[in-house]
Amino acid sequence: MNDVTLTPDIRTKQGMAISSENIILVKDLVKKFGNFIANDHLTFQVRKGEIFGFLGANGAGKTTAIKILCGLWYPTSGELNVAGYDIYTQREKVKQNIGYMSQKFSLYDDLTVFENIRFYGGIYGLRKNEISERAKSLMEKLDLSSARNKLIRDIPLGWKQKLAFSVAMLHNPKIVFLDEPTGGVDPITRRQFWNLIYEAAHGGTTVFVTTHYMDESEYCNRVSIMVDGRIAALDTPEKLKYQYNASTMDDVFIRLARGK
Amino acid sequence: MKDPVAVSVKNLTLRYGATLAIDDISFDVAGGELFGFIGPDGAGKTSLFRVLTTLLVPNRGACFVEGHDVVKEYHQIRNLCGYMPGKFSLYLDLTVEENLSFFATIFGATIEENYDLIKDIYVQIEPFKKRKAGKLSGGMKQKLALSCALIHKPRILFLDEPTTGVDAVSRREFWDMLKRLRDGGITILVSTPYMDEAGKCDRVALMQSGKIMKIDTPEGIIKDYPYALLAVKAGDVYPLLKELIQYPGARRADTFGQSVHLSFRKGEIQPDELQRYLIQKGHPHVDIEPITATIEDCFMDLMTIN
Amino acid sequence: MKRFGAFVVKEFYHIFRDYRTLLILFGMPAVQLMLFGYVITNEIKDARIAIYDPSKDVVTRTISDKILSSGYFILERNLNNVAEIEDAFRYGEVGLAIIFEPEFAKKMEKTGTAHLQVIGDASDPNTANILVNYVSGIISNYLISINSEKIPHQIIPETRMMYNGELKGVYMFVPGLMAMLLMLISALMTSLAITREKELGTMELLLVSPLQPVQIIIGKVFPYVFLAFIDAIIILILANTVFHVPVLGSVSLLLGESFLYICMALSLGILISTITSSQQIAMMVSLVALMLPTILLSGFIFPVENMPWILQAFCYVMPPKYFITIIKSIMLQGNGLANVWHETLILLGFTLFFLILSIKKFNIRLA
Repeated sequence: MNDVTLTPDIRTKQGMAISSENIILVKDLVKKFGNFIANDHLTFQVRKGEIFGFLGANGAGKTTAIKILCGLWYPTSGELNVAGYDIYTQREKVKQNIGYMSQKFSLYDDLTVFENIRFYGGIYGLRKNEISERAKSLMEKLDLSSARNKLIRDIPLGWKQKLAFSVAMLHNPKIVFLDEPTGGVDPITRRQFWNLIYEAAHGGTTVFVTTHYMDESEYCNRVSIMVDGRIAALDTPEKLKYQYNASTMDDVFIRLARGK
Repeated sequence: MKDPVAVSVKNLTLRYGATLAIDDISFDVAGGELFGFIGPDGAGKTSLFRVLTTLLVPNRGACFVEGHDVVKEYHQIRNLCGYMPGKFSLYLDLTVEENLSFFATIFGATIEENYDLIKDIYVQIEPFKKRKAGKLSGGMKQKLALSCALIHKPRILFLDEPTTGVDAVSRREFWDMLKRLRDGGITILVSTPYMDEAGKCDRVALMQSGKIMKIDTPEGIIKDYPYALLAVKAGDVYPLLKELIQYPGARRADTFGQSVHLSFRKGEIQPDELQRYLIQKGHPHVDIEPITATIEDCFMDLMTIN
Repeated sequence: MKRFGAFVVKEFYHIFRDYRTLLILFGMPAVQLMLFGYVITNEIKDARIAIYDPSKDVVTRTISDKILSSGYFILERNLNNVAEIEDAFRYGEVGLAIIFEPEFAKKMEKTGTAHLQVIGDASDPNTANILVNYVSGIISNYLISINSEKIPHQIIPETRMMYNGELKGVYMFVPGLMAMLLMLISALMTSLAITREKELGTMELLLVSPLQPVQIIIGKVFPYVFLAFIDAIIILILANTVFHVPVLGSVSLLLGESFLYICMALSLGILISTITSSQQIAMMVSLVALMLPTILLSGFIFPVENMPWILQAFCYVMPPKYFITIIKSIMLQGNGLANVWHETLILLGFTLFFLILSIKKFNIRLA
């Protein structure tokens, strides 16, 4: 829908001016399942270093779009350029440069913390010493060093989520896609998780996140709201609240949904 | 004559193998109350509901629903409660009508005799009554599951995370429906991970890791919040947060959307000094205002105490 | 290549940490090898036979001794008259009968030829064939041994097959097939239906309702009773019309026994569902623990009598074994309830046992 021009007062939450370099370019993305149109001519760009929120009700088409951006599903039509590579012809390059984490699955329950790290490091082509270095610093940062040899199923949910995010970041991807990453965790853990996101964005990683928690949408630089397969709104949270005369993003959402 | 105490729980403990799911909790719910259990996954909400609906036997403790013991008199309880388990257990290959009719019949009721109870809810899905339940959206499944739980006119309702995974509009409508049902005299126990829904209940119990941290009306919980809160806004949340965490005298700094909640011991709060400090640190446009705590602030504070 | 290696290592972890996978990988082949090794044997030992010897002379006794000391046969009964032959087979006491003609030795002396009849129970055509061949072999050997001394003699064995003159394999297969199919349909389907409810989560709602556990169980099972019964009828009709398998006995008795067997299989299915929590496991248990033994250990294809005693003991705990006996008895031998009341009672016992156990184990709660 919109291409928001960069105005001087849009800075990242990290304090850097967002680069005007686009790291995700989507033009007229269409995805059909038989007669059902899941994504209806989506057009948007995501800038490098941005925290981009992708919101919408269940069934609005969020999950479909994210899977296409990750190279998991083929689009029906449309242009897509992710991390500098074309999704049709350079799919493998795309996959090497992105990370993915979802609420439903992130880590293997019957492997230990370290084994999970080693596995994901391995399939992204990291060398053995790279893996052990990064594993060490990761576990120290998350305060998980004591749980190195514990099975994932035996560690608390909050730790699992943070670990899953770090594992998705292990190979230093350009973009990390997070599909409803904070479902069901307590409010303190949720904020710790978002601190990890901020740090990642501060380090130059673009974060593409979908969420059900409307207050989390306020942590994003820009937010897009999908309704019935189309992008109904795309802007910064402040501008959206102003535009829809709402005090919270929850209200924005309700006004949008009721308005259709 | 309704029992004034609809649910009574004393020293309830439940284990799954080695895991302690519920750790010695006690509470009462009065008849006709809309009572909320607020807490994240693993708090013990689902386990608690399963004990109260007689699906699980506690390891320790005495629980009574409408005066009946959950262990010995489970049969009576099963007749008078309505239950909506997590993920709305419905028969996905049966239609809306067929689901409703089934649940009415196994309770010995008919749709006609209790229709006015569910009318407000059911009219929203009635146009889809011949659609298979598996093909409904989250919001519609929720309404159908609620109708099925109500159709036999239960005295007490147990709703386990009925708003999880449902869009914001449906969530609001759902709570409106619950309030109307409560006004009609049904006792309702609801569990939810969403902190903002606490404000819609008569009383809430804040739960974490199998324990109840606090029980009171939402207003009561907020009133009991022992610290003074400032909401600080300065454009870029993350660097602001990092500064504020270091700010001497502040107890906690937590992000809330675009602002940071900073808590102080009462009497130690000094907004002007804070403003000067922040301007000095390079945040020119700073917005500081004192606010009352939200349930989420209280929850986080209670978490750190326990 | 390294990525591939990392992936393979992970897969090994998954396998070694899941006891179920290990069971399939190492447990099953071992069990199957044992089973097949012992069960599939074309050698028959200790087959029970009856001998009718009106001559009782040196020759007949010598031949009888040779037969009985061969290791293949055991004397079950000495028959006193021809009429007893039929009964010996009918009651399943013997698999083979040898009938010497009167004044055997004298006939051999005078005419140089004597006759004897070898009658096999061809409701199990493979076994019958083998046994008959054994006897022919023994008699040939005997002839060779005596003929080298004196004038050539001849003994002509006349073979007759009871119950299945043409040794049609399908006669043997139909009872076994029925046992297997009905077991599969009833037990497997029932266990799946109940565990599916558990997996979906709707079982919680049912339990919290006023529905009694008994009502839930019987309600789940009811449609399958009818459908399985119709299946049984279809099998019988097809067997009779297309393959000409006879139904010599009472059809209503046959259907009644089938109904009983179906009920037994259904109760077993319910029992399985009370101990499994997922459809996958229910399916595996049904297939492995029911199908395989039904095929191998019920006497469907391989005779029970030839197995080592441990496996034979197992066979006696297999309900299908009794059902197959009943079916064969009614269909191929034309017997009535009087002959099969023993097995019928056992099936009834199994059914009640499974049913009572399921009701006890069926949780009125989630845990």
